[in-house]
Amino acid sequence: MSHEAYEPKLVGFLCTWCSYTGADLAGTSRMAYAPNMRIIRVMCSGRVDPQFVLKAFKEGADGVLISGCHPGDCHYQEGNYKALRRHRLLSKMLEQFGIEKERFRLEWVSAAEGAKFQQVCNEFTEEVRLLGPLNWNGGKNERQA
Amino acid sequence: MSDEKQIKLTINDKSVEVDEGTTILQAAKALDIEIPTLCYHPILEPYAACRVCVVEKKTGEKAELVTSCNTKVKEGMVIHTDSDMALRARRMNIELLMAQAPAAEPVQKIAKDMGIERTRFEIKDPTEKCILCGMCVRACEQIVGAEAISFVNRGKNREVSPPFGEESEACIGCTACAFICPTDCITFEDLKGRKIIHKEMTLGPSTAIRVPIRQAVPMVPFIDEEACIHFKTGECKVCEKLCAKEAINHDMEDEEVEIDVGTIILASGYKEFDASRIPAYGYGRLDNVLTGLEFERLVNASGPTGGKVLCANGEEPKAVGIVHCVGSRDEHYNEYCSRVCCMYSLKFAHLLKEKTNADIYDFYIDMRCFGKGYEEFYHRLLEEGTKFIRGRVSEITDMAMTSEEENRLIIRVEDTLVGAVRRIPVDMVILATGLEPSMDHNKIAKVFNISCTQDTFFLERHPKLAPAATFTDGIFLAGTCQSPKDIPDTVAQAGAAASEALALADRGTFELEPITAEIDEELCAGCQLCVNLCPFSAITYNKEKGVSEINDALCKGCGTCVSACPSGASQQKHFRDQQIFAEIEGIFID
Repeated sequence: MSHEAYEPKLVGFLCTWCSYTGADLAGTSRMAYAPNMRIIRVMCSGRVDPQFVLKAFKEGADGVLISGCHPGDCHYQEGNYKALRRHRLLSKMLEQFGIEKERFRLEWVSAAEGAKFQQVCNEFTEEVRLLGPLNWNGGKNERQA
Repeated sequence: MSDEKQIKLTINDKSVEVDEGTTILQAAKALDIEIPTLCYHPILEPYAACRVCVVEKKTGEKAELVTSCNTKVKEGMVIHTDSDMALRARRMNIELLMAQAPAAEPVQKIAKDMGIERTRFEIKDPTEKCILCGMCVRACEQIVGAEAISFVNRGKNREVSPPFGEESEACIGCTACAFICPTDCITFEDLKGRKIIHKEMTLGPSTAIRVPIRQAVPMVPFIDEEACIHFKTGECKVCEKLCAKEAINHDMEDEEVEIDVGTIILASGYKEFDASRIPAYGYGRLDNVLTGLEFERLVNASGPTGGKVLCANGEEPKAVGIVHCVGSRDEHYNEYCSRVCCMYSLKFAHLLKEKTNADIYDFYIDMRCFGKGYEEFYHRLLEEGTKFIRGRVSEITDMAMTSEEENRLIIRVEDTLVGAVRRIPVDMVILATGLEPSMDHNKIAKVFNISCTQDTFFLERHPKLAPAATFTDGIFLAGTCQSPKDIPDTVAQAGAAASEALALADRGTFELEPITAEIDEELCAGCQLCVNLCPFSAITYNKEKGVSEINDALCKGCGTCVSACPSGASQQKHFRDQQIFAEIEGIFID
């Protein structure tokens, strides 16, 4: 295992209306992007409970992405603003836990932005790769990596 | 019949009965007796300026001359329109007018009809056209209400002029005076912001009340508020006065109407690319550089030239250039292909071949003849002798370098098939302007909560499986608001949108996704955090029970309340915390 190059594990919470559709578009447009992103679909980025992020880190994620509609474009009017507020607060908390803030990212990706989703995934993967594995939860990460 | 009192009179020994208040001229008209006149117009107050309409009025043995246009009929009146006395007087008046305005054609015509060859009076100015009929002055005062011109001076110095002979501030530039002038002695040059292509003919709207286009549905005229004199001065209303059906009402106002509907089809269309954004093409600066829609108007049989293709100087062009991809497939403006331009350019080339003997040059990047029968049409054009030049036009200029280029438009282009930069002199250039989303496109997207693609057209639900639907249920798309497309494609999409909308309306019920949130009363502490978070006001606090409750019909299932609930009482069906936790655990199992 240790000979293999380190591949970060990323979890993405994508809102079904914009970002999930954007990711779908990236797929149907046959845009290749880093395979490290594992996607969980939620109805709205406002549904993303801070516990989900913590749970993801606990289960072995090296980075977590929340992605929703652009400000003003939310299918539920303002769910993405709530996601924005929760992201700010949770970032501070994660830093206090010793998790670099670069590992927790919020992005706006519209349903038309397949290319942006591709770019976000690739960038995020490379960024987390540079940070290395997250040794959280008693090195559960390391065991898996 | 009118309720008004009837009056009996005799004209040229024929008796007639007319309403009280009718003039002799109108009564004569009812008998088909023509009295020549130069200063009478049905919509103006009679003025009796030309005095050509004089007739003989007999009262017993006494005969007198009266002007028929402003003399009202009286019971028992006896009128002779062509007695010696009347004719002599009319002859004299015509001769006087011939001396006053020798160049006025209507005067010459009446003189000819009456057999008058020349005037016995002294001619002041052989080029004078004004007969001082005062129609322009009356139109400006009575119809327009601007009172910008009037008669000045007296006797032989009398003339029509704005105050002090200076440009009048009261003039609104409506050109009603020039329109009504019987001898064409008032001319105007500037048509205020309208593109003049042939002297007095405009490519723009010609009248303030008009049918928008010949193919308009419904086929009814409308009033262009910006061009209508009534909305400038509060007067005129000529159309209202003349409309026999009394169908015109100037007091109607725009109103906002609220209609409850179940489904909505958006078909907000496109706007034409503004060709003046490309300064090198000289649109708006050079004569004879037209956009596609302008040429369409020019070549139309109901257009300003009756369908003749003419340059600004009134001559037929000897060579015409059609420039493709104006504002399309260009990283500086729009990167997308507007789809329709290649084919409408080919249509123009074909029409030009049909109507003129001009050489036709098509400047294209790629010919995109994508539809049924389109490629065949392109081949037909090739056979007809249209010259296709592959290359993007860099400049359209009037700077001549050779005598052949003098007073013409020169198209500079790199012919990529020949591998040389060429200068091609033409007389007319048609810019195949592309399609852009309509002006208030973003506003519409906001109102209907739908998204736009990167080229800013509305985004469909799925490019292949749901091309007429949007992500907002019950809202459908048709036509160029979704992407540039031609008429067959638009009709096909509109049909799909209509049937989808109808299917939804026919069913009468609407299926909601079962993803609404619910609150476990056992767990709810009644903190009401969720009540304020809900964007749809679906959550209310039940004071009696001390818990919050969710209205299923209002809840759209966003889950914002779920992630905010401190006690985990609120849960979204199919997106429960436990389900998502399990999902997170699941994705890490290799």
